[in-house]
Amino acid sequence: MDQRVVISGFGGQGIMSMAQLIVYAGMMDGKNVSWVPSYGPEMRGGTAYCNLVVSDMKIGSPVVTKPNTLIVMNLPSLIKFEKSLVPNGLLLMNSSIISQRPARNDIRPYGIKINDLAVELGNLRTANMIMLGAYVELTKAVSDDSVFASIKKVLGGAKKELVSLNIDAFKLGAKSVHAMCAKI
Amino acid sequence: MEKVLMKGNEALAESAIRAGCRYYFGYPITPQSEIPEYLSKRMPQVGGVFLQAESEVAAINMVYGAAAAGARTMTSSSSLGISLKLEGISYIAAAELPCVIVNIMRGGPGLGGIQPAQSDYFQATKGGGHGDYRLIVYAPSSVQELADMTYQAFDIADMYRNPVMILGDGLLGQMMEQVELPEFKENKLIKTADKSWAATGTKESRPPNIFNTLYLDPEKLEELNLALFEKYKAIESREVRAEEYMTADADLLLVAYGITARIVKTAIDEARKKGIKAGLMRPITLWPFPKALANQLSAQVKCILTVEMSQGQLIEDVCLAVGRRVPVHFYGRVGGMIPSVEAVYHEICRYAGMKDDALLELDAGIRYTYAEV
Repeated sequence: MDQRVVISGFGGQGIMSMAQLIVYAGMMDGKNVSWVPSYGPEMRGGTAYCNLVVSDMKIGSPVVTKPNTLIVMNLPSLIKFEKSLVPNGLLLMNSSIISQRPARNDIRPYGIKINDLAVELGNLRTANMIMLGAYVELTKAVSDDSVFASIKKVLGGAKKELVSLNIDAFKLGAKSVHAMCAKI
Repeated sequence: MEKVLMKGNEALAESAIRAGCRYYFGYPITPQSEIPEYLSKRMPQVGGVFLQAESEVAAINMVYGAAAAGARTMTSSSSLGISLKLEGISYIAAAELPCVIVNIMRGGPGLGGIQPAQSDYFQATKGGGHGDYRLIVYAPSSVQELADMTYQAFDIADMYRNPVMILGDGLLGQMMEQVELPEFKENKLIKTADKSWAATGTKESRPPNIFNTLYLDPEKLEELNLALFEKYKAIESREVRAEEYMTADADLLLVAYGITARIVKTAIDEARKKGIKAGLMRPITLWPFPKALANQLSAQVKCILTVEMSQGQLIEDVCLAVGRRVPVHFYGRVGGMIPSVEAVYHEICRYAGMKDDALLELDAGIRYTYAEV
């Protein structure tokens, strides 16, 4: 198992924390993990992206230039990173706000209306957890239990009441990725 | 020991505390501000001192004072901030005081940018400040090594009464990886280290210990220099550290340090799949440089390729070590750009004489051959 992932979207969409939960869960599963944020003079609404690796092997480059999974939360991210995905790579798109289809036909694209699902769930800010559920369901990169433990660890303090909401969002994403978000 | 997920900067800071560092003086600068941020919270919890100085110059001179008093002390900054500290570093080296100085490098020259670079290699290894002095320079390449080397750095600094530098970069500082933090050092172990030289008050039982780096008598100053020279020779013979990766049968040797070495390792893995016998020498101590190993490896290879996030600085030490035995090539990205695995792989293919049709155009970057045989 060697997941080399780029996650990209607007600042404020929860890109970094979503990526952090994946590597935290990977670490709990006994994998090697790395997490590299984009950092710079950026702000809410600007572009945010993150490189992460979850691997059975020792991690060489933590910089992901050729991801085997690409998660895009907005259209500029799709345009920017689609080319970098390896052939047959997995593409997860936030199809609530990306109506465009990917240009390539040698990849495995999935669209999932995470914003709509999050609103249905009662909190738009859980959209990233819905995407996380879809990602884990499709790749089995990390175990569900480790993700739940990670969510508890991250939100266990001041935001304790958000734990179950986030776990529900994760489960909704996992369920929906097959049901309503068939391969594009 | 339990693994935790931490940013490089934070792991370094926690590790310093576990090594017994109780005096930190610094001034914020990206991409290392998590170090003072973390220590501002942690130092009070362990009864230590965190002080945000009015400038980098003030911070390094506070380190000078704390070290003279026998404390385990550290400062950290990034590139241009280290430039400001250089006068103090030269004084500390002259006064033979132990301390740890962290440089999480960013692109330069000038104010530069805030993205990762390795363009302070000369500054770290060749002096930077004035006078003949040496820093022991460690180049970690993972969050784990940032923690481990910072931890060891305090002991090495004490052992040689010499400042030690941790030379990282913005990528290492900002990234998160799993890390096993080292154990807390017993206080008594740190206190029993011989610091009879420290300025701790004479209690009228001994002559005062004075730290003064002014020697108007050149014979006395030469004596100091000769003593330093002997110390540096001892460090060069005992403290060299390097990692070899797939060098046993290599006929193409790459040399890279820090985070760049990991990018190179992945490129070597790719090249090996094509049957190219590439290997890596990764200096862990930049000073003392692993001269003997570089020289020995150069005897078995057709050429050497150094990869850096600079215009080529490490390459000069490689050339000094191997002489004109084989050509030494360079590939680097500068100004905060990071060489990609694909670009390094492509360079390996070029020098191995293999056509790499995956990359028709050369990636951006600086290329040259240093020593034509």
